[in-house]
Amino acid sequence: MEAAMDLMRRISPKESETALSALMSLIPHHSADLLSQVDLPLQVCMDNVLMKEFILCEYNRDADSYRSPWSNVYFPPLEDGTLPSNQLRKLEIEANEVFTVYCEQYYEGGVSSVYIWDDDSQGFVACFLIKKDGSRTADGKRGYLQEGSWDAIHVIEVGLEEEGRAHYCLTSTVMLSLTTENKSSGTFNLSGSIRRQMTLDLPIAEGHLCNMGKMIEEMEGKLRNSLDQVYFGKTREMVCTLRPPPEGVQLRLP
Amino acid sequence: MADGGGEEPEELSDKQKAEIARWFLTSAPAGEIQYVAKDVRSILGDDKIYELAAAEAFPVYNKTHFIALQMPDRSGDVLITTYGELDKNNYLDPRTAQVATVDHAKQVCTSLRPANDEELPSAYVEEFRRRIGPMCLLLPLQHLKKEEDTREKLRGSLDAELSKYVAETYPKGTCAVYSTSGKDSEGPGVDFEFAVVISAAKHSPQNFCNGSWRSIWTVDFKDDTQIVEIKGKIQVVAHYFEEGNVQLDAKNECKDSTIFQDLRRKLPVTRTLFPWQNTIQFSLTKDINKELGIGK
Repeated sequence: MEAAMDLMRRISPKESETALSALMSLIPHHSADLLSQVDLPLQVCMDNVLMKEFILCEYNRDADSYRSPWSNVYFPPLEDGTLPSNQLRKLEIEANEVFTVYCEQYYEGGVSSVYIWDDDSQGFVACFLIKKDGSRTADGKRGYLQEGSWDAIHVIEVGLEEEGRAHYCLTSTVMLSLTTENKSSGTFNLSGSIRRQMTLDLPIAEGHLCNMGKMIEEMEGKLRNSLDQVYFGKTREMVCTLRPPPEGVQLRLP
Repeated sequence: MADGGGEEPEELSDKQKAEIARWFLTSAPAGEIQYVAKDVRSILGDDKIYELAAAEAFPVYNKTHFIALQMPDRSGDVLITTYGELDKNNYLDPRTAQVATVDHAKQVCTSLRPANDEELPSAYVEEFRRRIGPMCLLLPLQHLKKEEDTREKLRGSLDAELSKYVAETYPKGTCAVYSTSGKDSEGPGVDFEFAVVISAAKHSPQNFCNGSWRSIWTVDFKDDTQIVEIKGKIQVVAHYFEEGNVQLDAKNECKDSTIFQDLRRKLPVTRTLFPWQNTIQFSLTKDINKELGIGK
């Protein structure tokens, strides 16, 4: 398992789907572990009731069907599919509405979905998903990218309320891939995935949704910064080490 | 997931396992195949299958990554490329005219022998090879814009200068100029082609990053039109994997052709390259003096 995770860290994120299925066929007894630890690009499905797209993940899956956060219905149809409790469903509906607006403001497009379910330890878990296709042919308004995608997965475990405060544990993963292609610079592909954790104790006076939202906003900002500054910076540094640019020429990644 | 009713997935055949292992090995990022090999070996838990996959994957990986191996006599590094490949384990180093025997899986050069005549290009082509080498590097880099300049550089161009260029430009670069077709032609009247390979790698596993720069320039010399067509392919990759996995993969292709009008007139008249030898040496010395005088 350790070796498998090391491989996933080395193989290009572009190939993560192939790599994962290869690993699962080599070590089938670790399939469940692999699926829970390896993040794959998010898939989207159409909610045929409300004609609205939603994101698929392990948390809205029951058997081979996925529950839409919009209509609360499973696709393909599933009888007796697990549904969240009424109270959590109320929070889920609200979270989805708010998150749609958040998504529009930060991503100028893209699909979002929020799923909430009961935790064994009496708290609850919420999963916020965003998928943005920034390709020229999709939501890439500026048309820079031949291909580009940003997939974000935020899972927040919310503990029991104690004296007006709750414990939040957020695990976020961002998977990013971008390709530019033009005559002068050729094809240029950058892909990456990073994962970070953050825990906070917050007063719940303003409500769970507000607390979770603020944490996600802060985390996404940090991740975006890391990707931009640290990770892309490191690859740029590597290129400069391999072949230093002539003096006075500033190397720019497209 | 295991939701399919607890059905055990069908056990893969050894051949399928080896195929998957080979995929992982050849997909390893620059400089990381040994780490990937360790993981693959432990996941397979079967050394026989691993050896089978490794025997196929390592040569492919080494050739696509143009890895540079130190030659036992310390005369430099030999590049592992298809252009220099004589057979699976033997690679020509055109600069030292030696054949290096390599151990692909260990990524080391085990022995050396002088190349024989059939393995080397003819003296006529060799002359061109040494002269043309740096041309194709410099042209696409737009260091040579004026024809005057071109002629000047061409005369001063030797394999040594190619090495000089690479040494100046790449802190840890290795280069080679191969004769890829028409290598046995003894005089004018035949088309021939060279391949110039530059490879630079930087491995820094303790800092979680690795990268490589690979350039291939093919120089196609058309005898009838006296056109030199230059095509270049550059691939730059970088991998940074501290608490994540970020990979850069940039490829670029370029093309250029140059007509050697002046060269055409000179070659058929003399039919030999003797005068060139002297001229080249003369002008190289002049060049160096000139550069020393101008620079600093």
